[in-house]
Order: sequence, then C-alpha cells, then structure tokens
Amino acid sequence: MKSNLKWIQLAIVFVLIIALPAFFPSGYYYRVGALIFVNALSVVGLVILIGYAGQISLGHAGFAGIGAYACALGPDYVGLHPAFSVILGAVVSAGMAALIGKPILRLKGYYLAVATLGFGILVSMVLTNERALTGGPDGTAVAKLGLRSWLKDAGIKLSSGEFWYLVCGAVLLIGVWIALNLFHSATGRAMRALHGSEVAARTVGIDVAQVKLQAFVISAVYASVAGSLLALQNKFITPDVAGFMHSIEMVTMAVLGGVNSVLGATLGAAILTLLPQVLTIFAEYEQLVMGLVMILVMIFLPKGLLPSIAARLRGRGE
Amino acid sequence: MKPVITTAMTTLVALGVISLAAPASAEIRLGASVSATGPAAFLGDPEAKTIEMLVEQVNEAGGINGEKIELFLYDDGGDPNKARTFATRLVEDDEVVAIIGGSTTGTTMSIISVAEDEEIPFISLAGAIQIIDPVRDYVFKTPHTDRMACAKIFTDMAARELTKIGMISGTDGFGASMQAQCHDIAAEHGIEVIADETYGPQDADMTPQLTKISKTEGVQAILNPGFGQGPAIVTRNKAQLGINLPLYQSHGVASDGFIKLAGAEASEGVRLPGTALLIADILPDGDPQKDVVTSYKSAFEGKYEQKVSTFGGYANDAFLLMTSAMAKAGSDAEAIRNALEDTSGLVGTTGTYSFSANDHLGLDLSAFRMLEIRDGGWALAE
Repeated sequence: MKSNLKWIQLAIVFVLIIALPAFFPSGYYYRVGALIFVNALSVVGLVILIGYAGQISLGHAGFAGIGAYACALGPDYVGLHPAFSVILGAVVSAGMAALIGKPILRLKGYYLAVATLGFGILVSMVLTNERALTGGPDGTAVAKLGLRSWLKDAGIKLSSGEFWYLVCGAVLLIGVWIALNLFHSATGRAMRALHGSEVAARTVGIDVAQVKLQAFVISAVYASVAGSLLALQNKFITPDVAGFMHSIEMVTMAVLGGVNSVLGATLGAAILTLLPQVLTIFAEYEQLVMGLVMILVMIFLPKGLLPSIAARLRGRGE
Repeated sequence: MKPVITTAMTTLVALGVISLAAPASAEIRLGASVSATGPAAFLGDPEAKTIEMLVEQVNEAGGINGEKIELFLYDDGGDPNKARTFATRLVEDDEVVAIIGGSTTGTTMSIISVAEDEEIPFISLAGAIQIIDPVRDYVFKTPHTDRMACAKIFTDMAARELTKIGMISGTDGFGASMQAQCHDIAAEHGIEVIADETYGPQDADMTPQLTKISKTEGVQAILNPGFGQGPAIVTRNKAQLGINLPLYQSHGVASDGFIKLAGAEASEGVRLPGTALLIADILPDGDPQKDVVTSYKSAFEGKYEQKVSTFGGYANDAFLLMTSAMAKAGSDAEAIRNALEDTSGLVGTTGTYSFSANDHLGLDLSAFRMLEIRDGGWALAE
C-alpha cells in the first residue's frame, strides 16, 4: 500500500512534466516550467530536512550559491566540464554541510535558524566580495553545457526552453524519487522518529546527531544541484542566488505547499514561482499578495496547502 | 487514491492560471524589464515612469508612422533570474520586436543572452563596460561607462594639479566596478592612488576609512565611487571630521536626492561628472542639449511631481533611440537593429549618440559635465 502511494506520487509528477507542454501557448512557458522544477528541487531537499527530520535552515541559498558558482568557476579554474562541475558543487556543498552541520545541528529552534542564516549570509558575502574569483556583485558568465548542440548533431532539435524544461524535469523526478524512497527507508524512519521526539528516538538507539547530519547533507546537495541547474540554464549568475531572500523564499515555498509532503512542496514551489508572473499587471502589490497568501495559509491551512486540502477532502478536517 | 487526485487537480489549476495571460494584437510591440521595486528601485522607478510617459506621448501624437506602440513593461525587482524570465516572456509570449531595460548590470547581463539568442535589439540602461565590450550584435546602451566617469574625474583633477588621491569605494556592484576601472586608468592621467579604502553598502559610518585616508602622507583629494546612501554618509563624515580636501563623487549620485541626503553644507564644493539634465535650468541657451533636457524635464516633473534623475534620462534616451530607429525601419527586429547601429548625432539627455559597428555606446567624454554643488544646487565647474 505504502510503496503503491510512492509510485502513484512519482507517476503524477512524471505525467505532469510530460503532459503540460501540450497546453503551452508559447516557448516562455517552458522557461517558467523549468524554473518551477529548479525551485521544487531545492524545496524537496528542505522537505527532507524540515519535514522529515524537523530541523530548520534559513541558509540553504548558500548551498545553491555554491552549486551555481561551481558551474561558473569549475570550467574556468579547474578545467572541469560544466556537467562535472555540478558534481563538484554537490561534493563541496556536502562537505561544507558536514563540516558546519556537526557543530550547529546541536542547536535547536531559533538558535539553529540563526546559525544557518549566518552560514547563508557568509557564503553570499564571499561571493560578493571576492571579486577576483567570482566577478563580484555584477556576477559572472557560466559556460554552456554543450549537451543541446550535441543532441542537435544527433538529430534532435530542441529550443533552449524545451531542453531545460526536460533536463530540470528529469532531475526533479530523480529528486522526488530519492526523497520518497528515503521516506520509507530506515534512515527516513529514524529522521521522522527524531522529528517526533528526540529523547524517544535516542532511547530506541538512534544516533540523533548522525541522522540530523545526514538530513542536512542530503538537503544541501539538493539545493546545490538546483543552484547548478539555475546557473547552467541562465548562463549567467550573480551572488543574489545565495542571498538571504532566496533562503526565505525556499522555506516559504516548502511551508506553503506542505512541509511534510514532497508533492506539497512541489506545489508550493509552483505557486510561488508562478505568482509573480501572474501578478505582473499589479507588480506594486505583488509583495502584498504574497504576504496575504502566506498569512491565510498559516491561519486556515497550518499544515500547508496540499496536506490540509487533502485532509479536508478525505473528510477528516483539521 | 483521493489525495492523489487532489494533488493532480490543484497542480493543474495552479499551472493553468498563467495561460490566462494571452497576448493581444498590436502595431509595434515594445518590451521593457526594469527594476522598479527592490534595492535598485531608485534606478528602475524613474525609468519605468519615463518609458510609460513617453509611450503615452508618442501614441497621443499618432504613433510612429501612424503605428501605435504597445508597451509590455515588467518589474524584475533587481533580480537577474527574474529579468531573464521576463526577457524570455517578452520575446516568446509578448512577441516584442525590441527591448529596453536592465536597470542594473546583473539584470542586463541576464537579458543580453536572451536578446542575442533570439536576435532582438536591446538597449540597456546599466553602466558597466562589459555590456558593450566586446560589442554584441543586438546590444546597445545609453549610460556612460564607469571608465568614462573615471577619465572625466581624473582629467579635472589633473587640471587642478591634484595628482595624489585617496579612494573610498562601495563594495556594491557599481562601486566595485568603478573602483577597478579607476585603478586601471589612473596612471594614464598621471594620477596616483596612494590610499584605497572600501565600505559595505549598508554601512552607516565611514569615519575610520576617511581618517585613514586623510592621515596618509601627501593625499590631495578624495574620490568616492559608489551609489545610494554610502556617498552621502562619506560626504557628511568628511565634513564632520573637518577634512579639508576636495571631494569627488561619481555619476552614480548625480541627483538632487544626494544633496538632500548629504546636506547642503556638507556637500558644498563636491564635484562629480553628471549629465546636462541636472543643470537644465542653468544650461546656456545655445547648448545643443538644451531643448531635449528641458522638454523631458518639464514633461516628467509635470506628470509625476517628482524631480528628474539621470537614470530616467537614460530611459528617455533609450526610448528616443529606439523610436527613431523604428521610424526608419518599421517593426522588423533585424531592420531596427541595423537602423540603431546607423544612428548618428541623436541628441539625448545624456549626450549625443552616434553608434557604429564597433561602438554600441556612441558617447564621448564631452557628454559629461563636471558639476559642482554650490549653495545646495548644481553649478558647472568649468
């Protein structure tokens, strides 16, 4: 039954990715789709950290920044192909997460939030101030992946929008699959146990520090890969990607959609990516509407959009 | 199964919302993406207002060769990622034939890759030199580069025999870029930078840096590349410390807002390179830019009850360039690009533009005026 649900969720994501382009009136929608997938990927990472393990992070944009700049700098300084730079970024992010996660995951609640916040701001400051290396606040160009022209030679012609829609969709699918698998694995159960009660989890023999660190590292890798995908498709990156607002945006997406649910988080990412596009006619009120949406969701659907609506429809209510 | 169906439905509905924004038919479609809100709003806000006002003006006057302009204006909030999305939207969904915008260097660089890929002429409103160097086929820009600002300042310093200077620069994009450019060309003008300090864009006190500069042996003048509140604080701090050295600011603060922030007393005698727009009232009658700047100034200030700024002027010039190219070329993107490149002697608020195949900025140093703040107002220093 449970693993059935996993395959159904995975199938929904797959069908949506494949079927949606049929409704796209122009190439611009591929771009929006690809952005949704990138955001959804980092938010799925946060679901593992916040939803499964119950730890907060307000600094995950820092990892997105590391992933993005790995793709920008890897080809220039290390001579790595951009595709391998994604892996380099993920390895550096994982290493960094393991290093800083050890001391700061001992903190709880607000203290943990502030510590992760500090990390995110540090990364953003390094990217902004190390001009010689990163190009400073004006940003830097990112090398082409080269896969699209390779496909073109093989006879498959895709526009840039279509190509990145498919690549980001495929990576999101893999990300969702791993997250759903993790949920039902021993590690995932340990994470959820410590979310429920740290003391109880420790009593039944779970290495709490180790499990927390695992969740932190995994979610960091998600954010890093998302950052890399963003850099590669934009072909240009600025330190904004590691900015504080980006961290907040990620957490907001997760909370809005439902932080315990992988699909909910994806929905949250979709809504908050789409909203600014829909609201362009009254751009001045965009922040207002976003804030209002957040407040209403928190008051009426505290578990997030998807889980709350699903529960209502099932007739259990809140 | 039920939650599954719910998920599918909710997601579909959410995604379906964007398809409501269907494009309407129009004559000449002009796109714009500027940073009207967010940290760069002081750039983007007057730019957005200027473009809206000018489109209205042109359409009231009957359009370009009888064809009305339909404007698609988006606010990217200074976020390069959003700017790229809006650029894609302008090209793919709104099907514009030309784009104006990119208030900051970051947003401009994001729009550039879309404009180049889709072969749409794009006039940027940002300062950095890398936008037009190397020259890209479809990318033009209206503001002076920071390198030109450095050159103008150094020429003035050399004329006043101030050869040993201290620099205090903001670490924001503008300040950092100008700092690097000034270092690059200082020697060419016989200027020696003997003290070099920086401050963060949010810093509220620069007395330590200024003290260090003033204590440096032989320093004759101070140069402050930066924009926003930083330069105002530097100006105030310098006055508080009683440092009696000439202070030069950059074109980034060439607005009345700067004098207000720094205070008339502290900013007395500050020099900076600015455009004719700031001194529209005191510009001599024979000046070639007199008509352009006064007509833009009176139109803008009449409509918005807000002082004109150099940045709105950049948008004004971009719009003039674009519409004069459209008047010659119609509504074909390729033809507009070619007409833009052929532009010669077009007088704007920033200067007189003459583009060529290897110059997509088309301004020279004469367009910059060395201004001095006197009695809380602007005056020509020369």
